[in-house]
Amino acid sequence: MNDNVLMIHSRDNVAVALRNLAPGEEAKGKGVAGFKVFNEIPASHKIALRDLGPGEEIVKYGEVVAVTTREIKRGEWVHTHNLESKRWKK
Amino acid sequence: MTEMTGYLRPDGKVGVRNHVLVLATVSCVNGVIQRISREVPEAVCVPHAFGCGRGGPRDLQILFRILSGMVHHPNVGAVVLIGLGCEVSNTKNLSPLIKDCGKPVEILNVQECGSLKTAQKGAEAARRLLNDVKTQPRISISWDKLLVAMECGGSDAMSGVTANPAMGAVSDWIVEKGGTVIFGENTEMIGTDHVLARRAKDEQVAEHIVRMVNRADKLAHDIMGNMAGLVISPGNMDGGMSTIAEKSMGCIFKGGSTTINQVVDYGEPPTEKGLILQDGPGYDGDSMAGLAASGAQVMFFSTGRGTPAGFPTLPVIKVASNSRIYETMKDDMDVNAGTLGEGKSRKEIREEMIDLLTRVVNGQKTKAEVNGMDVFTFLTVHPPF
Repeated sequence: MNDNVLMIHSRDNVAVALRNLAPGEEAKGKGVAGFKVFNEIPASHKIALRDLGPGEEIVKYGEVVAVTTREIKRGEWVHTHNLESKRWKK
Repeated sequence: MTEMTGYLRPDGKVGVRNHVLVLATVSCVNGVIQRISREVPEAVCVPHAFGCGRGGPRDLQILFRILSGMVHHPNVGAVVLIGLGCEVSNTKNLSPLIKDCGKPVEILNVQECGSLKTAQKGAEAARRLLNDVKTQPRISISWDKLLVAMECGGSDAMSGVTANPAMGAVSDWIVEKGGTVIFGENTEMIGTDHVLARRAKDEQVAEHIVRMVNRADKLAHDIMGNMAGLVISPGNMDGGMSTIAEKSMGCIFKGGSTTINQVVDYGEPPTEKGLILQDGPGYDGDSMAGLAASGAQVMFFSTGRGTPAGFPTLPVIKVASNSRIYETMKDDMDVNAGTLGEGKSRKEIREEMIDLLTRVVNGQKTKAEVNGMDVFTFLTVHPPF
């Protein structure tokens, strides 16, 4: 009942924030536990479920939806500032 | 599992409703349809904006396919067709396409007796046909008789997170039971053609998928130019979607994860079972008409911003993506998929939705049916002249 993130597919390396998340709070959801939110994450935005290297594929819905443009820490906000489209480069 | 029942049609298809459809062949007779609707509210009366004033093979193909598709629709037990006389899709031109529908079709033309007499005769015919269809018994049906459509519209950032994954779980379940699931909205497949193609039954279906999505992508660019990027809009990005592939994944997830067995054209009935794609537009009204003309008997429709839209001959089950819109538009919503983020598992909500689907098939009205929120419009490619 106290879930604050939702992982859509078991292969995913990001989850979705169910409400606005603040740095330092515990990330909790089905299949998600044991780490803290790194920075502010708006509701319905993505949170990294593990450390990601630069150029690493971002998997949501069990599919690659983007690649990272720099290192992303577990618990960090994942959005257009640290990823790019795999097919349509910026 | 509760038994499901429906109405057997002469062509072997099964309806989950036994509507008497009063259909205009052209917008010129909409007033007649409205008069009949006031006199016989139990009839499903469908006025519309089409029927004449457009040429070109594609528009004509769609016009005749959708109007005849409404007559053939499995949820329709009998039809009163109201024509004008001089229109493109007049009753004479429609006749060859509907003569084998195997159900009573009463044909009236305004240019033969005027609008008031047509309305009077049409109302009498509708009353008589309503009495006739009432005597038809429901028979026991299995899942392989069902074609279930999946639609999303008025989407928010949670549509692809809660509602569409819940509908996807329902899709997978239906396909496993031998049923058929169809979804369209090719604009919302842009960026995921490789994912869909990988799931195709064979090379031919895969190529069809790629061709369809590329064409949707090209159309977006041809129409919107540099603004085509707005297919993923600033609003989408504010909602946390970062790429077009991510947004489209959230859309196509409503069809589940099974093999794609066929791609059908807009309004074309599938000949395969399992998961089917429709080469149709993203606009809700147009998309619903295409899916209905393909023979879908029931539809799930996810929404996060909230739309009340239903369809004249289809029970449309509204799935709210968040609890706020579910509460705000409670009179319009049938399922609250927002509970997925509040402790409910996807399996629990899937079971809840299948239980509701079974009851709707058996006759329970959806909110859109109760409220009469019918929308009827369909795809055109050229402006009228």
